[in-house]
Amino acid sequence: MSHGNMTINLKVWRQKNSRTAGNLETYEVKGVSEDMSFLEMFDVLNEQLVSEGKEPIAFDHDCREGICGMCSMYINGRPHGPLQGVTTCQLHMRSFKDGDTIVVEPWRATAFPVIKDLVVDRSAFDRIIASGGFVSVNTGNAQDGNSIPVPKNEADKAFSAAACIGCGACVAACKNASAMLFVSAKVSQLALLPQGQAERQDRALNMVAQMDTEGFGSCTNTGACAAECPKEISLENIARLNREYLGASLTK
Amino acid sequence: MSDKLISKTPEGPLSEKWTKYRSTVPLVNPANKRNLEIIVVGTGLAGASAAATLAEMGYAVKAFCFQDSPRRAHSIAAQGGINAAKNYQNDGDSTYRLFYDTIKGGDYRARESNVHRLAENSANIIDQCVAQGVPFARDYGGMLKNRSFGGTQVKRTFYAAGQTGQQLLLGAYSALERQVGLGNVKMYSRHEMLEVVMIDGKARGIIARNLVTGETERHFGHAVLLCTGGYGNVFYLSTNAMGSNVTAIWKAHRQGAFFGNPCFTQIHPTCIPVSGDHQSKLTLMSESLRNDGRIWVPKKKDDPRAANDIPEDERDYYLERRYPAFGNLVPRDIASRAAKERCDAGYGVGATKQAVYLDFRSNLINKYGRAEASKLGIENPTIEQLVALGKEVVKEEYGNLFDMYKQITGEDPYEVPMRIYPAVHYTMGGLWVDYNLMTTIPGLYALGEANFSDHGANRLGASALMQGLSDGYFVIPYTIGAYLSGEIKTKSIPTDHPAFVEAEKSVKDRINKLLSIKGTQSPESFHKRLGKIMWEKCGMARNEKGLKEAISEIQALKKEFWSDVRILGDADGFNPELDKAGRVADFIELGELMCVDALSRNESCGGHFREEYQEDGGEAKRDDENFMFVSAWEFKGESQWELNKEPLVYENIKIAQRNYK
Ligand SMILES: Cc1cc2nc3c(=O)[nH]c(=O)nc-3n(C[C@H](O)[C@H](O)[C@H](O)COP(=O)(O)OP(=O)(O)OC[C@H]3O[C@@H](n4cnc5c(N)ncnc54)[C@H](O)[C@@H]3O)c2cc1C
Ligand code: SF4
Ligand code: FES
Repeated sequence: MSHGNMTINLKVWRQKNSRTAGNLETYEVKGVSEDMSFLEMFDVLNEQLVSEGKEPIAFDHDCREGICGMCSMYINGRPHGPLQGVTTCQLHMRSFKDGDTIVVEPWRATAFPVIKDLVVDRSAFDRIIASGGFVSVNTGNAQDGNSIPVPKNEADKAFSAAACIGCGACVAACKNASAMLFVSAKVSQLALLPQGQAERQDRALNMVAQMDTEGFGSCTNTGACAAECPKEISLENIARLNREYLGASLTK
Repeated sequence: MSDKLISKTPEGPLSEKWTKYRSTVPLVNPANKRNLEIIVVGTGLAGASAAATLAEMGYAVKAFCFQDSPRRAHSIAAQGGINAAKNYQNDGDSTYRLFYDTIKGGDYRARESNVHRLAENSANIIDQCVAQGVPFARDYGGMLKNRSFGGTQVKRTFYAAGQTGQQLLLGAYSALERQVGLGNVKMYSRHEMLEVVMIDGKARGIIARNLVTGETERHFGHAVLLCTGGYGNVFYLSTNAMGSNVTAIWKAHRQGAFFGNPCFTQIHPTCIPVSGDHQSKLTLMSESLRNDGRIWVPKKKDDPRAANDIPEDERDYYLERRYPAFGNLVPRDIASRAAKERCDAGYGVGATKQAVYLDFRSNLINKYGRAEASKLGIENPTIEQLVALGKEVVKEEYGNLFDMYKQITGEDPYEVPMRIYPAVHYTMGGLWVDYNLMTTIPGLYALGEANFSDHGANRLGASALMQGLSDGYFVIPYTIGAYLSGEIKTKSIPTDHPAFVEAEKSVKDRINKLLSIKGTQSPESFHKRLGKIMWEKCGMARNEKGLKEAISEIQALKKEFWSDVRILGDADGFNPELDKAGRVADFIELGELMCVDALSRNESCGGHFREEYQEDGGEAKRDDENFMFVSAWEFKGESQWELNKEPLVYENIKIAQRNYK
C-alpha cells in the first residue's frame, strides 16, 4: 500500500452559513499520494482538522464516480479543476505536483446561494425541471417500446444531451451565471425524440421562463460552460434551444 | 414461527397469481385518495417511481431524500443495464425463463411468487421508460438493443452505454418533478429520516432532520414507504455512494420491522482494486464488460512480466476452464470466489497481487475489429487497423467505464488489460416484506434494495434496477390499496399527538448524546474499523470462529464509539460529521446482526459462503433440508434478536444444485 509523499497547500473557502461572510483559510496537507482523488485529499485534511479539534470543511459529494453531479469545487478558478471532461471526484492528485498551492471555492452564482463552506443550494435546477423537463406520460400509459423506432443517430444525440449530471459547473463557469447549457441539454434530449414532440413548444417556453425567474443570467455565447462541462455537453444544444424557443414564441 | 410472518401470497397457479390479485385488490376511490397522505422516504428508482405513480393516482405524497436533489440518489450510478423478458432478440426468452434464471441465480432462497411477478412486470418497465424519453441503446433500424449479463444464456439486458441507472433515474425523476410542479408531491431534499412514528401499532409518520438548518420535523402519513437503498457501506469500502446507509430501515427494525437475511451480501467480481489506505470507496467496472472481456491470471505464480508480454498459452482463463457452459458470464458470487481463490493461491497480479486481469484485446480485434473491417470492405486488415476499428465500437458500448478506469488508475484499458478484484456491491438482505411489500409493521412498506425480497442469496446482474422500478411503478400502486382502503376514515393525525412529541424527543436526545461525548476519535475512524472487521470476518468467506470473534469485536467497538466519538460542530446547522456519526452508530448495530445471521446459517448459498460447508471442488454446499427458509430477525433489545423463519416452498421449480458448468 503506497503512502504518498506530496505536500499540498490549500486555500479553502470557509463560510459558516448563508447569513455570514466567508474567507479563504490556508491549510497544509502532507502525505498526499498521486493515487488519491481530490476528495480523498479533503478526507485526509478533514481527519487532520478533527484531530486538532477544528471543524471539518463541508463539501458536497456522494457517488465519487462522476455521475451523481453532487461534487462541486471551484479549483484554481475552474469548476471541477484543470482537466477536461472530469468531475471533482474523478480528479486525482497525479494532476498536481508536490508543493502546489491550490485555491478551492464554492460555485458562485446568485441562483446558487452558499449553504456552508463549499456547499451551495442548487434546488433551482429541480424547479426548472419541474417546469417542463419531462414527457407527460402517466405510469401505465405506455405502448410497446419497439413500436416507436428511433433512428440510431437521433437516439445517440439525445443520449449525449441526456448525459448531463446537473452539477451546475456550467453556471459556475459563466461570467453571467447563465444556466443555458443545463436547460438546453434537457430541451434537446426531448426535442430529438419522438416521445417529446407533443409538449415540445411548451417545454422550451416554460423551462426558459423558470430559468429567468430563478435569477440565472443571460447567455452571451462565450462558450465557457461547454468548455468546463464535465460531461462535455455540446454548445449545439444551446443553438437548438434558441431555435426551439424562437419557434415556440412565434407560434404561441 | 411468528404469526407476523405471513407472506400473503395469493392462491392460484403461479402465472395467474399477480394478474388475478391485481384485479381483486380493494380500490380507493379518487375522492378519498386526495385525503390519504403517503410518505415516501428515498427517491432512487424505487422511491421516485413510487412517489410519481402514487401522485398520478391522486394520493397526497411527501418525498424525502438526503442529497441536495432527488436526481442524485445512488441509483444514478448503476451502469450496465436492466433486464426484461421482451424476447426482442428472438433467442427463446420468456417470463418463465427470467423467473427461472432469477430463482436459480439466487440459489433457491427467494419467494417464487414475488420473483414471477417481477418477471411479469419487466416488459412494462421498458415500455414505460421508453415513453418517458429514456434514450436506451438502439440499432440502425431504430429498435432497442440488448446485451447479456451473468447467469443467463439469453440477451435480455437493455442499456444506455454504461449509464443505464442514470438514464432510468432521470426518467423517474422527471416524472417525480412533474408531480412536484403540479403540486401533487411535496419534495423534501437534504432531509434525513431519523425515526418512524408509531400510533396504535401502525406506522403514522416520520421524524426527519432538515440537514441544512438542523431542525427536526414531524411529518404525518397514512402510510410510510421506505425506499432507502442498500447497506453495503457497513463494509466501509464498497461500490455504493458515500452517503448510502442503513439508518432508515434500522430505525424501522428497532421499532419492530423484521430484518430479512441480513448477511446476504453481494460481492461483485469486477471492481477496481484498492490502491492505498486513503481509499474512500471502490469503483465498479460493470458486469456488462464480461460480455467482451476475458478474465485471466498467469499460469505461473508471481509472474513478473507485464500482461501484454505473457503469451496466450501461458494464461489461465480460469472461468472458461472451470465453467465452460457459462464461461466469463457465471453469476457474481461464483466469479468473485474464483478470483479470490486464484489470488489466495498466489496467482494474483499487480502491485498488491490482489487482482486479476479483465482483458478486451481479443474481442476488440477479433469480434469488433474484424466485423467493422468487413463492413467497410477492408481486406487483410493489419492488427493496428483492427485495434483502431474495434476501439470505436468498444468506446460506444462502454466508453465512460474505460475513461473512469483510466482516470482512477492512470492506465489505458484499450491498451493493457484492466486489473480487477471483487468488492462489496449490493445487499440482498433488507426489511422483510410480504407480497404487498409491507413490513411486519402495519402501514410501513419497504421497496427496492431496502427490502429483502426478490434476489435470494445472490442477485443476478441488471435485476436491481428491474426490481426497484417494478416495486415503484407496478407493484405498490396496486398493493397499497389493500391497506389504505381500510384507512379512508382515518383523518390526518395532528403532529402534536404524544407519539410525535415522544419520537421527536428521542431523536433529539440521541443527537445531544452524540454531541456530548466529546471523545477523541472521528466517526470516520470507527467506520473504517467496523468495515475491516466485516470484510475480514463476514465478507467473501465466513467461518464460525471468525464470526464469533467479529461479534465480540463489534460489541466492543460499539462501547468505544459511545464513549469516545468526537463530533465537531453543533446540532443547529449543516453538519455532515453529525450525520455521519448517526449513520455509523447504526451500521455498528447492523454489523452485529449480520454476523449473528451468518453464524446461524450453517450452509453455503449464493453470496453467503461458510468455509465449513463446501463441496470438494470448492463450490458452495447448500443445505435445503435445514435451511430452505428466509431468516427474519426480530429486535428484542440491544444485541438481542429472535429468529423467525419463513419457509420457502417451490412448487414450480425443481430444486437442483446450481450448475454453470
Ligand atoms: C456502482 C453500481 C452499479 C450498479 N449497476 C447496476 C446495474 O447495471 N443494473 C442493476 O440492475 N443494478 C445495478 N446496481 C444496483 C442498483 O443500482 C441499486 O440496487 C438500486 O439502484 C437501488 O435503488 P433504490 O431505489 O432501492 O435505492 P437508492 O437509489 O440507493 O436510493 C436511496 C434513496 O433513499 C434516500 N435515503 C436513504 N436513507 C435516507 C434517510 N434516512 N432519510 C431520507 N432519505 C434517505 C437517498 O437519499 C436516496 O434518495 C448497481 C449498483 C452500484 C453500486
Ligand atoms: S450541462 Fe454540464 S456543467 Fe452544466 S449541469 Fe449539465 S453536466 Fe454540469
Ligand atoms: S461525487 Fe458524484 S459526481 Fe462527483
